[in-house]
Amino acid sequence: MSQSPLLLSVDNLATHFFSQEGILEAVDGVSFDIHAGEALGIAGESGCGKSVTAQSILRIVPKNGKIVTGAISLLQNGESVDLVQLDDRGQEIREIRGGEIAMVFQEPMAAFSMVYTIGNQITEVIRLHQKCSQDEARERAIEMLQRVGMPIPEQTIDAYPFALSGGMRQRAMIAMALSCHPSLLIADEPTTAVDVTIQAQVLELMKDLQRDMGMALIVITHDLAVISELCDRVMIMYLGKDVESAPADVIFRDPKHPYTVGLLRSVPELGEGHTQELDPISGSVPSPYRRPAGCPFHPRCPEFIPDVCDVELPPQIELTGGHRVRCHLYVQD
Amino acid sequence: MWSFILRRILLMVPTLLVVSVISFAIIEAPPGDYMDSYVNALLQQQEAVDPAEIESLRKRYGLDAPTYVRYFRWLGNIMQGNLGRSLEWNQPVTKLIADRLPWSLAISVASFFLAYALAIPIGFYSATRQYSIGDYVFTLIGFIGLATPNFLLALLILWYYFVATGNVAVGLFSNEYLVAPWSFAKFIDLLKHLWLPALVVGTAGTAGLIRVMRANLLDELERPYVMVARSKGLSETKLLFKYPFRIAMNPVASTIGWTLPTLVNGELLASLVLGLPTIAPLFVGALLSQDMFLAGSVVMVLSTLTLVGTLLSDIVLAWLDPRIRGAI
Amino acid sequence: MAVIEEGMQSSSSGVNAGEEDLSVATQWQLIRWKFMRHKVAVISLVLIAIFYLFAIFAEFLSPYDPTNHDTDYMFMPPQRVRFFDEGKFQLRPFVYGMTSKMDENTFRTTWELDKTQKYAVKLFVRGDPYELWGLFESTIHLFGVEEGTMFLVGTDKMGRDMLSRIIFGGRISLSVGLLGIAISFVIGVIMGGVSGYFGGVTDLIIQRIIEFLRSIPTLPLWMALSVALPPTWTVVQIYFGIVVILSLVGWTGLARVVRGKFMSLREEEYVMAAQLNGSNESRVIFKHMLPSFTSHIIASLTLSVPSMILGETALSFIGLGLQNPAISWGVLLNDAQRIIVLADSPWLLSPGLFVIIAILCFNFVGDGLRDAADPYSSI
Repeated sequence: MSQSPLLLSVDNLATHFFSQEGILEAVDGVSFDIHAGEALGIAGESGCGKSVTAQSILRIVPKNGKIVTGAISLLQNGESVDLVQLDDRGQEIREIRGGEIAMVFQEPMAAFSMVYTIGNQITEVIRLHQKCSQDEARERAIEMLQRVGMPIPEQTIDAYPFALSGGMRQRAMIAMALSCHPSLLIADEPTTAVDVTIQAQVLELMKDLQRDMGMALIVITHDLAVISELCDRVMIMYLGKDVESAPADVIFRDPKHPYTVGLLRSVPELGEGHTQELDPISGSVPSPYRRPAGCPFHPRCPEFIPDVCDVELPPQIELTGGHRVRCHLYVQD
Repeated sequence: MWSFILRRILLMVPTLLVVSVISFAIIEAPPGDYMDSYVNALLQQQEAVDPAEIESLRKRYGLDAPTYVRYFRWLGNIMQGNLGRSLEWNQPVTKLIADRLPWSLAISVASFFLAYALAIPIGFYSATRQYSIGDYVFTLIGFIGLATPNFLLALLILWYYFVATGNVAVGLFSNEYLVAPWSFAKFIDLLKHLWLPALVVGTAGTAGLIRVMRANLLDELERPYVMVARSKGLSETKLLFKYPFRIAMNPVASTIGWTLPTLVNGELLASLVLGLPTIAPLFVGALLSQDMFLAGSVVMVLSTLTLVGTLLSDIVLAWLDPRIRGAI
Repeated sequence: MAVIEEGMQSSSSGVNAGEEDLSVATQWQLIRWKFMRHKVAVISLVLIAIFYLFAIFAEFLSPYDPTNHDTDYMFMPPQRVRFFDEGKFQLRPFVYGMTSKMDENTFRTTWELDKTQKYAVKLFVRGDPYELWGLFESTIHLFGVEEGTMFLVGTDKMGRDMLSRIIFGGRISLSVGLLGIAISFVIGVIMGGVSGYFGGVTDLIIQRIIEFLRSIPTLPLWMALSVALPPTWTVVQIYFGIVVILSLVGWTGLARVVRGKFMSLREEEYVMAAQLNGSNESRVIFKHMLPSFTSHIIASLTLSVPSMILGETALSFIGLGLQNPAISWGVLLNDAQRIIVLADSPWLLSPGLFVIIAILCFNFVGDGLRDAADPYSSI
């Protein structure tokens, strides 16, 4: 895995929202790398900045939000492009959106416009990025729908989104995202809005497609089970910070950050055959407008060290085996 | 689509019946009938009144039959395009209305298109540049437009017109075209005169429409599908017009339903003030002289036309939005 | 499926100090706070209060009796309140007198400022006698001049003070709005409530009625109905007649709000809980459902006042509503209809300015209230 080239490198990204109530530091210093063909999971509670991180990569942050610092370098045709430096309405970023990097959104119901057929909305992206006629685009769209397992794609292509079931809509959404063969697919909560039975199918589908098409994948979720299903690496976020990142098997076996430890303990394990006491993390996520000083997790941290954790932001510590953590409990080797 | 149109037309039948009942009630509303006011007028002029002659007139005009009989007789006549006879003008109501209705329609239709032609781009501008100076200016103008009664605006314009030209009425044609037969030049002359009343009538509607357009577009701009479209690499302009604009147009199109009645109201007032030869002075004259056949027919015709306009707007709406076709 | 949020929610007790006042505030406190943030709406509310104050105390606050006519002062232009006499500042405000000249040929009267006549404007001056609300007799007016004339908005064709007439006109025009919505309120809440609570066929019929009333032009209807008012009626009867006519059409907007709210509330759990607890229907409606959308009703009522005021003004303007000797803004504007007169005496249009301001204010307040009505939407 590590031999494949570095596809996307996010360095110290910070995206803030400016409103009347004050500045919301949605993402505040996040760094991660993703290699070609790799699957990265970003996990955390609602409001920790996962989705904004994804929107920052595509430069589609809502209008009162702004990338304040950081760099996002993408390897495009053998050259490195810093996406932060591009004009967010310009030609270059628009060629990357949908072409190099595609995104699958949380709510398939809201993600499609209800006044156009799904075929219209899929062929649109194909024709935007690939030189082809309307008929060819339609053919490719049908092909793609076939590939994501849509029943009778020749007919469903002319269906309006409200006529499809939730699972079918999500399949159509994936087909739309993959129709231009992106090198990176970002899936923002791909299974949250669909039925439990469909969730497994969608996960299976994404796993197959990722392997077949050899693309990299970023899965954003609050559901750790999705990550264990799909991902090679995991990054845990808390209040806009990347608190820990490691290979998936390592993080489930040997979590370092107290927040990650708490997260894993609050999740029931299945198939253990014994009743298990769930252990929730005490307190609740503070308002993002009133971010605690020092380590953002310190008010809820069981390992809290007075005068250290509430004063100084812990640096990112590199542990062995690609395991990185932001915590004062650990020191750089 | 066709079944939608058919259902929608069938739904209009009971509504039209209610309109006819109300119109008939208006005809019957004043205490006494036309004969009474006719007698009064004769008495005031100290002329001799022959009760027998009055009774025969009553019979001739069918004023002695019971109410429901007169209603159905009246309704039957309407079906045949006969709206009765104006006792004041001594002419068929149909002819009186037909002479003036085209002008009322011309003004209403012109103000309708003017309102939408102004409101849609302004609303679009305001929403996409929210909180800009232009947005604030348009919002303020919109508020003032909503608060200014049509007739007051008409009065202001007429005052300005009088000071500038010395004419007391705006009119629909220049003097040289007044009696001239129809020609392209006459049509152009009409357009030159039409825009002023159209603007007066359209202001309130425009102001309301700008608010609807702006609010809807702002709502739609926040929707996930806009971000999805952006993530596909669409250019901002193409994206705005294909996605949020298209959907924001639906509520705007559905406002036609309430725009039409306000346009009719506005046209009445503006024509009265500006002295235009439309249905408005005819209607007010009929009301003041209790010529109720004419007055009731005007209510009937105006309401029916408004309902037909609403029907047309609904059809356009269903064509715009596939979801609506299934409903109703 | 293991989901993080579930594990998180089980213990959340920490409420930040700053949020405490918000979390214990009543619904009305929240609405007030949110409304007060809307500056334009607050200013408008103050203006409306001033308008109504003038309407209530019209006799005392107007400088003249509105019916007091004097043919010597026909169509006199407005006199300005001044502080500078020939460039010299003086603390007590005053007005200059005016003298009229008639053109021998055209019989047109022109007015000229006469700087030799100076009348001081004073507070609590004695003027035309009046009976406030028919109870208190007095001759004291809040402001005016002791000698000469002070027509701040000019005079009309009979030499009556326009300002006093506007103030008295406000009494009718503004009260039409309030009385009108009071009647629409009763009809609207009953029709909307019945429609929304019972649903089914009842709902269908009432919806058709509302749709019908909204889809036909109202003005011709109003005009026809106001002609139907018996000519023998007194001014007061005609006034109430007009208000009823306006309300017969004006209730539909409110009924829609009430119906929509009832529809969505019927599904709410606390209503279900009340029903399961054995509360009877009317108790459920009045104790549990109505209070939860009073704020919406108030907002909707405020927004329907302008159409009432506009309706009365338009009818009276055409000459089909109230008529002389009644004084309303529409009746006053009726005098401005003759364009030749208007061109010479443009101040006759000034009641229109008050119509516009009043409607603007009601619209702003209504908008502010509507935004504030949902205090829990976003704070």
